[in-house]
Amino acid sequence: MKTKKEKKLNIRPASAWFLIAPILVVHFVTIAVPSAAGLYFSFTDWSGIGSAQFIGFENYKSFLEDDRYLGALKNNIKWLIFFMTVPFAMSLATAFLLSQVKRGTFFYRLVYFIPYVLPSVIVGTLWSFLLEPDAGITLFLRNVGIPGFDKALLGQESTSLWTIAFVDNWHYWGFLAIIMLIAMQSIPTELYEAARIDGATLRQQFKYVTIPGIRPTLVFMIMMTAIWSFLVFDYVQAMTQGGPAGSSEVLATFIRAIAFEEFSAGRAAAAGMSMTLFTGIILAIFLTMKKRGWEI
Amino acid sequence: MKKAKWFKDLPKQIPLVLLTIFTLAPLVILFFNSLKSRYNIGQDPVGFPKQILFSNYGKAWERSQFANTMLNSSILVVFTVFCVLTLGGLAAYALARIQPKGSGAVMFYLLVVSALPIWLYLVPLFFLWRTFGLLNSFVGLVIIYTAVNSPFAIFLLRSYLLKVPKEIEESATIDGASRMQIMMRIILPITWTGFLTVGLVVAVAVWGEFAIALTMIQDESKMPITTSFFSFADKFGSDWTLTSAVGIMAIVPILALFLIFQRQFTEGLTQGSVKG
Repeated sequence: MKTKKEKKLNIRPASAWFLIAPILVVHFVTIAVPSAAGLYFSFTDWSGIGSAQFIGFENYKSFLEDDRYLGALKNNIKWLIFFMTVPFAMSLATAFLLSQVKRGTFFYRLVYFIPYVLPSVIVGTLWSFLLEPDAGITLFLRNVGIPGFDKALLGQESTSLWTIAFVDNWHYWGFLAIIMLIAMQSIPTELYEAARIDGATLRQQFKYVTIPGIRPTLVFMIMMTAIWSFLVFDYVQAMTQGGPAGSSEVLATFIRAIAFEEFSAGRAAAAGMSMTLFTGIILAIFLTMKKRGWEI
Repeated sequence: MKKAKWFKDLPKQIPLVLLTIFTLAPLVILFFNSLKSRYNIGQDPVGFPKQILFSNYGKAWERSQFANTMLNSSILVVFTVFCVLTLGGLAAYALARIQPKGSGAVMFYLLVVSALPIWLYLVPLFFLWRTFGLLNSFVGLVIIYTAVNSPFAIFLLRSYLLKVPKEIEESATIDGASRMQIMMRIILPITWTGFLTVGLVVAVAVWGEFAIALTMIQDESKMPITTSFFSFADKFGSDWTLTSAVGIMAIVPILALFLIFQRQFTEGLTQGSVKG
């Protein structure tokens, strides 16, 4: 059947590879080869220049006692916790509200999406101005009389990471809300009507109709957000470059710093491998859950 | 009747309006600040400017060499979008319509590659690009951007191409059209909105890309707006008026594009993540 069609279309399927090959070559050179090289160099003491000596798992072992690495990893986990909760709470609530109101939906959808298309560095820098202690929104909030804004939020070790997370969330939550809204709109309205006839409150409707209805999208976005939490770079680099005193350092800024400032390309490669491992673990957890037949 | 409905909506509208303010206020403040004098900004960092200084934009344009950086970013955007749409489009076409043996493996490969963090390969890639002499070069950056953006593009384009009925192609073949003619004259006119969507998403991604540009471009005259803005803010950080003006200038083109094509953007970005 297939061969007949192909004859009709007058092509040999082999020629299809001429169409696929160019982009595969680009991938191979840019991603596959450097990734394989990264794997190899992660077992060496390579500085980036000259020859590399094979040192086995030394780079990986060194991380276990490296406070800087562990601190960065800890911050990625804090980031993960923040992004598993705050943006999801905001976007689910907002999407649910949006699916209920009649007026202004087009406008709200448009506005909430805007931050997501703006360049991260510019958003990050803009917010670091706004958060300056003697100026910006912080001064305004202090003048209004809200406590806690008399210090440099980005300049303090206790608040720097959370402040950057807040800003990244400013850019992310709206995008998530629109994804949730699109998923919610595919739920048949009859289900809501049936729930209402049964006397379900708005809260119960949300819990028993909305959440189960959007579950595949929700679970997928939880997985993607969890993976992204380990890759975060732009906002940290733009706002604090990991400081002060490494308090907002994450794996990505750590890798960049040790590769290009300390010239430990081998260790940087090992740190990159460990990051890949963490994202792989998240992916594996979700795939196993799916295989086990969990309703996701 | 209508009024009553409006009223009923009110408790739900209030949080939505507050979130609108939360989203827009920082951008409005940025715009206000870009029009203030330095003295004015020190006194009132959030309010409406006392005196509107459009001259800030002239100064910012010159000092940040914005004409140059904007050109750099535009070159990167145009060539990356072109490469992704042609190379990715051809591959997507083959994967959707011809489906040679091994298509599944290619899709799987692309899926794996798109899941790899750039931090796994960026450092070795830097040293590889240095040996090739591709650092500080638009060609080098366009190749990387094409590689990074194409898996998503191929998935999305393939899903659009799958929707085109096979009969259309078959009848064209019978009429004696070549493969290339079919692609250019029949498939493209049917699926061009899909290509537009993908092109826009790639354009936004390249316009805002930071980590790779920061690593690969050190020559200031070749920097795109992101890294150029980053070093400008570093140098002129104390002068918020100018930095805000540069920020606005960097945001406006992408914002305009978004407002014009908002439907395609929303579709491309949300589907790109959910399907990818």
